[in-house]
Amino acid sequence: MRKTITLEVNGASETAEVEVGTTLLRLLRDGLDLTGTKEGCNEGECGSCMVLLDGRPVNACLVLAVEADGARVTTVEGLSRDGLLHPLQRAFLAHAAVQCGFCTPGMIVSAVALLRDDPDPSEDAVRRALSGNLCRCTGYRQIVDAVRAAAAALRAGEGAPEPPRRAETRPTALPVREEVPA
Amino acid sequence: MPSDLDYRSPSTVDHALALMSEAPGGAFLLGGTDLLPQMRTGRRAPSVLVDLKRIAELREIRETADGGLSIGAAVPLADVETHPLVRARYALLAECVSTVGAWPLRQRATLAGNICNASPAADTAVALLAFDAVVGAVSSEGRRTLPMSRFFTGPGRTALRPGELVTDVVLPATSRGFAGSYLRLSRRKGMDLATVGVLVGRSDGELPPRYRIALAAVAPTPIRAVAAEELLEARGPKAAAEAAELAMDACAPITDLRGSAEYRREMVGVLVRRGVAMLERKARP
Repeated sequence: MRKTITLEVNGASETAEVEVGTTLLRLLRDGLDLTGTKEGCNEGECGSCMVLLDGRPVNACLVLAVEADGARVTTVEGLSRDGLLHPLQRAFLAHAAVQCGFCTPGMIVSAVALLRDDPDPSEDAVRRALSGNLCRCTGYRQIVDAVRAAAAALRAGEGAPEPPRRAETRPTALPVREEVPA
Repeated sequence: MPSDLDYRSPSTVDHALALMSEAPGGAFLLGGTDLLPQMRTGRRAPSVLVDLKRIAELREIRETADGGLSIGAAVPLADVETHPLVRARYALLAECVSTVGAWPLRQRATLAGNICNASPAADTAVALLAFDAVVGAVSSEGRRTLPMSRFFTGPGRTALRPGELVTDVVLPATSRGFAGSYLRLSRRKGMDLATVGVLVGRSDGELPPRYRIALAAVAPTPIRAVAAEELLEARGPKAAAEAAELAMDACAPITDLRGSAEYRREMVGVLVRRGVAMLERKARP
């Protein structure tokens, strides 16, 4: 059965006709071409499809589009402003908190929700907030560092540092860790 | 999912009941975190989803006239675990809730949904059992209440009648202020069901104190280990080892991919002893 719904996506009002069984994830990706939101497990385990629904981080694969009628949705595409990446996105770049990149949009959306509620999260708080996001490249260390660095930058009111130029990214940004044998 | 699936989102309980009586093959929808995956695998195939989240009455946490706390069926778990009255009076419930899934999942999942799904591993149920919570239900035949102790009838089964919905879960005033821990073993910290869950609680500021021991994932339903509680009430924490044996006797675990029946039973004993020891440590300044 088809239903017509209206919702706000990244600040723009959208009207769509959807099958009742269509998830918010499928509407975003297939209907609105917002492919930054990823489909991983499609059963709410992996967090790749994280979006903000009326400000709350949710797995878009576990929300029917019809349930989002009248709601406000923010996807990873809605985080940048005037072509400038969100401080969290810049921090992920600066800390090389990306390997294959598939989990990254979901991680960043979860982290946006965390930093809104807790501007100075402990490492433990970051790990708890991201516990619904799986990274199969096992890059959690850099991800946690990036979230805390973005938090510090946001608290300082300066935004994150300018995104490093490509050539500078690795030598300046990769944290030196003492436990790694030389 | 089938193309004739319908969706309705009534704004009153009466309308929700009427919609369900017109479509007996329907399902009530709360957070959908269990129902939608079950529909995808074909385990459930409702003809219509009656979404209860737009019913204002079901979205409240409020104090009852006799000092208890009513948690509406559509309140997300994230709002339960962060609610000031829940944290102040029923901290062990907040602790149990915070172990379900992960933070984003708890933005959708609900207390009522967790108990209606009736998983033997339902983390919130151990606190609700321990606190003698009462489930408010309504059907076309009227409203009634069911004690948590009689709510579960088997894995995935509850005492609710067809077409009956849960309105709220009420925590009684007499269960305020229990100290304790929910000790939970799982393969990873987020997004995994409990392999074994053991709640050990003790009332604060009463002599003699009341004890509560409730177990998840070690029986066909979440259960209380009443004999173990009574022993601790009679003989105090020095009887922890014997209480642990009684709790092990109360459980009837299965072997599955998360652990063997023998392991689960052993761990019930370990965690009851640990939980009682932790009460003692917390009690000493």
